[in-house]
Amino acid sequence: MMPFGYVRATDRADAVARAGSGTRFLGGGTNLVDLLRQNMEQASNLVDVSRLDGSIRESHGGGLLIDASVRNAALAAHPLVRRRYPVLTRALLAGASAQIRNMATVGGNILQRTRCLYFYDVDGARCNKRQPGAGCDAREGFNRYHAILGASDQCVATHPSDMCVALAMLDAVIHLSGPDGERSVPLADFHALPNATPQVETVLKQGELITGVELPPPSDAVTHSEYRKVRDRSSYAFALISVAGGLALADGRVTEVRIALGGVAAKPWRARRAETALVGRAPSRDAILAAIREELVDARPLSGNAFKIGLAERTVTAVLTDLAGARA
Amino acid sequence: MPIRVNGAEVPPPDDARISLLDLLREHLHLTGTKKGCDQGACGACTVLLDGNRVLSCLTLAAQAEGSDVRTIEGLAGDRGGLHLLQQAFIERDGLQCGYCTPGQICSAIAMAEELRRGDPSYVTLDVAAGPPVVTRAEIRERMSGNLCRCGAHNGIVEAIEDMLAETAR
Amino acid sequence: MSKLQNAIIGGVRAVLGQVPAAWLPGGTPDPLIDKRVALGGQQSRVDGPDKVRGVARFAAEVPMEDLLYATFVHSTIARGRIVELDTSAAEAAPGVQLVMTHRNAPKMSVPPAIGITNLKAAGNHTLPIMQSSEIRWNGQVVAVVLADTREKADHAATLVRVRYEASPARTRFEVGKRSAYTPESLLVERNRLDKGDAGKKLAEAAFKIDAVYTTPWENHNPIEPHAATIVWRDGKLIVHDATQMINATAGSLAKIFGLKAEDVHVSSPYVGGGFGAKGMWDHQILGAAAARLSGRPVRITLSRASMHRLVGGRTRTEQRVALGADADGKLKALLHHGYGVKPLHSVCDEAFSLTGRSLYASESFDVVQHYVDLDLLANSFMRGPGETPGTFAIECAMDELAHAIGMDPIELRRRNASTRDPVSGAPHSQNAMMAAYDLGAARIGWDRRTPEPGTRRDGEWLIGMGCASGTFPFTRMPGSSARITIDAEGHAHVASAAHEMGMGTATVQRQHTADRLGLPLDHVTVTIGDSSLPFASFAGGSSQTASLAAAISAASRKLATELIQLAGNDTPLAGLKASEVEFADGGLRSVENPARQESFVSILRRASRRELSVIGESGAPLEILKFSMHSTSAIFCELRVSEVTGEIRVDRLVGAFDCGRILNTKTATSQFKGGMIMGLGMALAEETLLDERTGRIMSTSLADYHVPVHLDVPDIDVLWTDIADPRAPLGARGIGEIGTTGVAAAVANAVFNATGKRVRELPLTLDRLI
Repeated sequence: MMPFGYVRATDRADAVARAGSGTRFLGGGTNLVDLLRQNMEQASNLVDVSRLDGSIRESHGGGLLIDASVRNAALAAHPLVRRRYPVLTRALLAGASAQIRNMATVGGNILQRTRCLYFYDVDGARCNKRQPGAGCDAREGFNRYHAILGASDQCVATHPSDMCVALAMLDAVIHLSGPDGERSVPLADFHALPNATPQVETVLKQGELITGVELPPPSDAVTHSEYRKVRDRSSYAFALISVAGGLALADGRVTEVRIALGGVAAKPWRARRAETALVGRAPSRDAILAAIREELVDARPLSGNAFKIGLAERTVTAVLTDLAGARA
Repeated sequence: MPIRVNGAEVPPPDDARISLLDLLREHLHLTGTKKGCDQGACGACTVLLDGNRVLSCLTLAAQAEGSDVRTIEGLAGDRGGLHLLQQAFIERDGLQCGYCTPGQICSAIAMAEELRRGDPSYVTLDVAAGPPVVTRAEIRERMSGNLCRCGAHNGIVEAIEDMLAETAR
Repeated sequence: MSKLQNAIIGGVRAVLGQVPAAWLPGGTPDPLIDKRVALGGQQSRVDGPDKVRGVARFAAEVPMEDLLYATFVHSTIARGRIVELDTSAAEAAPGVQLVMTHRNAPKMSVPPAIGITNLKAAGNHTLPIMQSSEIRWNGQVVAVVLADTREKADHAATLVRVRYEASPARTRFEVGKRSAYTPESLLVERNRLDKGDAGKKLAEAAFKIDAVYTTPWENHNPIEPHAATIVWRDGKLIVHDATQMINATAGSLAKIFGLKAEDVHVSSPYVGGGFGAKGMWDHQILGAAAARLSGRPVRITLSRASMHRLVGGRTRTEQRVALGADADGKLKALLHHGYGVKPLHSVCDEAFSLTGRSLYASESFDVVQHYVDLDLLANSFMRGPGETPGTFAIECAMDELAHAIGMDPIELRRRNASTRDPVSGAPHSQNAMMAAYDLGAARIGWDRRTPEPGTRRDGEWLIGMGCASGTFPFTRMPGSSARITIDAEGHAHVASAAHEMGMGTATVQRQHTADRLGLPLDHVTVTIGDSSLPFASFAGGSSQTASLAAAISAASRKLATELIQLAGNDTPLAGLKASEVEFADGGLRSVENPARQESFVSILRRASRRELSVIGESGAPLEILKFSMHSTSAIFCELRVSEVTGEIRVDRLVGAFDCGRILNTKTATSQFKGGMIMGLGMALAEETLLDERTGRIMSTSLADYHVPVHLDVPDIDVLWTDIADPRAPLGARGIGEIGTTGVAAAVANAVFNATGKRVRELPLTLDRLI
């Protein structure tokens, strides 16, 4: 860690005003402190935004407004979230450990960086994300955890957040505040696919701060939703595959379906193609499988992760079949 | 702003890079809080920050300014004896080498409070329903952030059950 | 071991074959096998209160004035040399006191290799340390940065610039196999075993299986990182270390730095988990060198990454096992061939091929293993070295054979359980493996198992049950010693440079000493963990309890002799010889006439002595050369496998152990469970990711190397036969490592029973099951 200054922002305006080159916003620190310590990130100043007011409240439209400094644990345990957005509670609780969830903020969770082993090995491995143009050692290396969708020659890393998978499924909107004012971006558009510039991971501009997340009012498929995480041990491990799913039926036909996948791409993957294919159909195992296969038609497995395609198919099918069964 | 550690005020660190863990261990010589991985992957450094369990290795000491930190050294209370859970760990042999032990104990004490509040976990069958039923699976899931390599897991869970039963009386 | 050593050991064995058993250690069984008061009970560990309060002090926690913190810079190539090394920016960084590289490091000798014949050697490898620009593995230390805070040292380390000239490095296992070498010996055994024409018997067998099993690189990953706080004081080297090799580390450091043995002091009262990893590696040596160069005390705490770059793990193995059986399931042939990695600079054998030589009474054997020499960090011993990967191969193969015959896997083992050493013919000192099977089978409810795989289910979960044998040899180290001091209050104080890393060393030897000397528990204290105490060998090979028990037992015999002398003629004991007295009620008494007795207090008082000290030593372990001394176990597992995801959830583990007598039911249960949980980790998830393109370990964090978490660990039942081994001190063989053996096979066999899928590669990750 290079030496840095630390200051606690008094409010959002103060935080944004303090932004400058070399300055990083600090949330719970669960990812950034680790990255700084491992010399993967450098900062000359940290502006601590984790103590800014954080509340969870209903929006005018009947949705939910969540301040960025709300801790993951608090969000997961919130009665409104548990009742109306169970998929979000489940996704949050699937992530990390209780200690980390007590620390991690909503804003920080959205910005957490990949767990690619080669990204983490600053001294010994090549990584285009760390050092554009250096090369990618993951492509032919250990890539069991890596992307099957939306990857590029430059980068095959995945986004590790569980929460974001649920947010993608919920059509969440991210609220930002920066030197040029405030704006909102749908979570689905917030993270970038690597393309030729894997170092660019989000649409966040220099000095911009995530101030909150807004959830639309819960639809029927949201109140009947589930998150299933598949991993190498039963708890406290990153996802190989995760699925956020929600289903609404009428007369035995799908009226609304939401599917998002984690562990498959550099961003939480909303499976719109599969959703479209399912709407209006009876949620049979075969129909669900056919739909998710359509989504995964573009999947490009690497040397070590071909199993993810079948795993994603089966997990999505199981999640939606269970939901359909519960609603039948 | 000072940091309150086990009730005593300590000055903030002079280097912003110092983690709460290193402040405790290297500067305050409160070495009961253990450094296992220093990267948020083992739970050995768990302390209570304003009552919540956190990882002191990924908490900058500066972030704890104005907060109340409780460590293993501050659990026993004024009488200087052992906390109920510390005693239960000995009885149930919920430890071997003893290195992950303070983190397990701090973690479990906060976990008991989370259970009392009715917070759900990933193994809670219905998160939308009321408080979860306390099962071994619930305890195990909630304690999974504390690794133990000697394999004292069964004893740890039994000790926690003893504490929960005792405090439920 | 060389050909010569093979011949010597073979010769001793041949001679001992003719020597009456009664002349050998254990010839008269230890009376404490049956006369137990404190032993055999449930004693809470004596250091429990200190550990749960966090006041037990570990190596990195010793306070010291003027302390400097060390951070390492590691090489990023596997082989070659440093051609440019710029330390100027690091040296100029705030707080930096010293940057040590091969240019300014003091001259240090090559570490003396760990050896069975040299208990003062702890080297896990035999390469020079920081003596030249040469690089021998990816991760070797190229610079040590010392600064007055940890943060400053870490930062300055990032400023060291190194340029390398790489040479071709041998880092690929498959390539290396082509030029593998075949050692003469494994530990103290001859490597190649060819007995009874296995090839022919295999070809003629009614049933046979022939398969290849692999286990990956694994790392110990104790929760306490390796650490040392080091200071030179008046030419003497003082090391507060985390080590399971106190005296060996002290002896090695003396050699390396050209010091007299008495000028090195190693203290290690508590070790935060070892499992074989906490020996001497480069960090203590470099720390001591840097402390000498800087003239200030140094603390080195390895980061997880540094740990993986400097502390070797268990080699991957590839094992071919072929079994041939007749129509009744009797083994006609056992073939066990395989490969592991052991660089030529590496010291530790992963002797997996010893496993099958003692378990089953096969008619013939064809056994040999080969080593691959690669440009990697030296491999090392990890809990249950040899038998842990070895039982995975042998015991999966036994399960496959049982399935092929259509026989219950326990029945197959019953028909083949050995009644004496199947290779040498030596008698067992004690062996009741099938009694362990009976205990374990009853506990898990083996009768609930359906022999046909894939026939039990609960929703998406397929349910299965499996079993496997575990085994580990008995070892007792010679030369381990202990001092017993009796004080004026009649209390006994035991001291030995033994080790505590969770086994409950002091707890159990306190029980032992109390029973040995006829004292109540609270009249005994045990001090361990410091090289200033009487010499003890390492804590390894599950040997420490037996070695220490032998030493304390020997000391007690001396104590009796000296007490009688001290008592003189004016005592009820007058005229008795040491062989005619026994310890009881805080003193000595006549065996013949218990009324003739005198207490320690009385003897010392009359002699005007404040205390009496004696030192006893564990003698040569000749019993292991005469008898076949192996502990065994029967491991049972019940689990579920998701048909959807391939995830495994282990619902139950049962371990039934035949390890002689159990000394402390509480700490023994913990140790067995701990071993089994490490076996569970091995089965389910543990794998060190070595990138063979670069020879670099990529899984250097506990987030990437998956040890079991609480939710992975089910309720575990531990049972034991508790049948005394008359040849072992206290009737007890070691229990530290056997728990790990057999578990991975039991899990894999249960997975087969659940799913019908036979996975022969560890770990059993979900991609291997879908």
